Amino acid sequence: MDFSNINPAILLASLMIAATPILLAAVGELVVEKAGVLNLGVEGMMVVGAVCGYIFAINTGSPLLGFVGAAVGGALLSLIFAALTQYLMTNQVATGLGLTLFGLGLSALLGTEYLQLRPPSTAGLRLSFLGDDLGRLDVMVIFALVLVAAVWAFLKFTRAGLILRAVGESHDAAHALGYKVIHVRVAAIAFGGACAGLGGAYLSLMRVSQWTEGMTAGAGWIALAIVVFGSWKPVWVLVGAYLFGGVTVLQLNLQVAGLAVPVEYLSMSPYLITILVLVIMSSGRGRAALNAPAALGRSFHASG
Amino acid sequence: MNLKSILAAGALALGTAGFAAADGHEPTKVGFIYVGPIGDLGWTYEHHQGLLAVEEAYGDKVETMYQETVPEGADAERAITQMALQGADLIFTTSFGYMDPTINVAAKFPDVKFEHATGYKRADNVSTYSARFYEGRAVIGHIAGKMTKTNKIGYIASFPIPEVVRGINSAYIHAKKANPDVEFSVVWVYTWFDPGKEGDAAQALIDQGADVIMQHTDSTAPQAVAKEAGIYSFGQASDMAAFAPAPRISSIIDDWAPYYVARVGAVMDGTWESTDTWDGIGPGMVEIGEISDVVPAEVKAEALALKAALADGSYHAFTGPINKQDGSVWLAEGETAADFGDDGLAGMNFYVEGLTGDVPN
Repeated sequence: MDFSNINPAILLASLMIAATPILLAAVGELVVEKAGVLNLGVEGMMVVGAVCGYIFAINTGSPLLGFVGAAVGGALLSLIFAALTQYLMTNQVATGLGLTLFGLGLSALLGTEYLQLRPPSTAGLRLSFLGDDLGRLDVMVIFALVLVAAVWAFLKFTRAGLILRAVGESHDAAHALGYKVIHVRVAAIAFGGACAGLGGAYLSLMRVSQWTEGMTAGAGWIALAIVVFGSWKPVWVLVGAYLFGGVTVLQLNLQVAGLAVPVEYLSMSPYLITILVLVIMSSGRGRAALNAPAALGRSFHASG
Repeated sequence: MNLKSILAAGALALGTAGFAAADGHEPTKVGFIYVGPIGDLGWTYEHHQGLLAVEEAYGDKVETMYQETVPEGADAERAITQMALQGADLIFTTSFGYMDPTINVAAKFPDVKFEHATGYKRADNVSTYSARFYEGRAVIGHIAGKMTKTNKIGYIASFPIPEVVRGINSAYIHAKKANPDVEFSVVWVYTWFDPGKEGDAAQALIDQGADVIMQHTDSTAPQAVAKEAGIYSFGQASDMAAFAPAPRISSIIDDWAPYYVARVGAVMDGTWESTDTWDGIGPGMVEIGEISDVVPAEVKAEALALKAALADGSYHAFTGPINKQDGSVWLAEGETAADFGDDGLAGMNFYVEGLTGDVPN
């Protein structure tokens, strides 16, 4: 057992990088769910974002434009979900699951030509002024943190945020007050899609820096779970994502260092610890457990 | 009602399959169950190359179908059943975790032939097949031992099953022979395919001093991380030539095509029987990808000599003296490991002497 090889600064950087894709997707889904919509298509939107980001980055030579492309791609895909659930009144759970399957297939199709290509260098996005260890962080990690703060402030302090929450709590009341329930929800869904797309592109452009079919490998589902366990609060979503990413990276490092704990326990620890911590936090606050938006998953029709 | 309609569909499918065989003009239907996406550029990619080879060989006489990213476990049973109901005559289930599902479904469809990769349970209509990947591990283990400067080799392992444990032992034994100071760090990621996690594992190994990475997972993510870090790696299951000449300095390639073509042919002419196939470098089921110029010429020559000796059978990758991790004797001087029986290769669940850590249960 030799822990002297584990450098805390490197570990911190690695955990932030590992958590960022989940964090981006989760904070987007949080806004969607706050508007009363349950979109289970996060995995599909992420993987489409991953391939769109990759395609844009390679064709423009700019990873930053790649991220823009990923956000657009994710948002466009989510608009299919919006059209089906908001205008055609389809079931949100079934449509969301369908979106994931569709996204996985579509991304594989879009990405066929790009499997063996290399993405442009992302060295320009790295925070190399932080030194060798923390220098592997990049602007997207910071962007994700800023986004969490912005979403928190938006929901808590702005009028638009209040309207969005009202739509999510009681769409009938919001409608009676003259707010365009469907418009608000479509905008929220598109935002969620864009965030999931960014999360996917972070995976293909920064964390792994290659395109592989199905490369999100369940990250979208983790993001969905973190929104619920974080009881729809941006700060707890941040805690959940960092905890999950952190323990994932930590357990790999402990394995390399030869910690004398059975690998099975280390391997399941990210799931266990994340669930445990978030359950404790939400149960201690009474009301937090009931924090789910009241109209979550319910379709709205103006006549009804 | 629901069950009835499923049964009716099943009966219909079986009926048509029976007609197909009797008629002689209907194409033979061959199904493949894949554990990852065909674009993983690793394990599943190579199985899919086998499917394409079957299509190439038999043209109109064969109809293929496949399902990607089928989880190992209960859901696999549903996917295999579905394929059998669709009238498949022969189904290849291409991952270890499909072993019990394959046996279960095979019992319900006695007229359908099944082939399960890397497992050890057979039935009258279930064959098993695998490749002696550990022979390939011996060759790249030797190269790894020669190429490391920090004397620390990182190994990304998937699940603690005999196939993976054999690979670790074989690679370690031959790296140690090439370089007595070498140490192995094994990280278990409990997945065959998760580029993010595989990449993180590679990064953790590199951060703690490994300068050569081996992987027993299916994606090319560790190659990308190795490239970024400027260290060496080996292609796994497929050549992964996009990463040559460095970080990928060689590779282990699985070539399933000849086997698949032969087995489909056997179903067509009615000679198919339940068999157990376990081929290595000699018959060509395991290949060593081109050793790149980054590797010094004499190391390359040694590796090729080792490959030749494994191919013609003059050397066995597990030749004694080899002790188990606890120091007890596994193979005496000159003794080679048996395939089956106690301490045989097929069920290998222990590390050899010198490896640290435990094999997870």
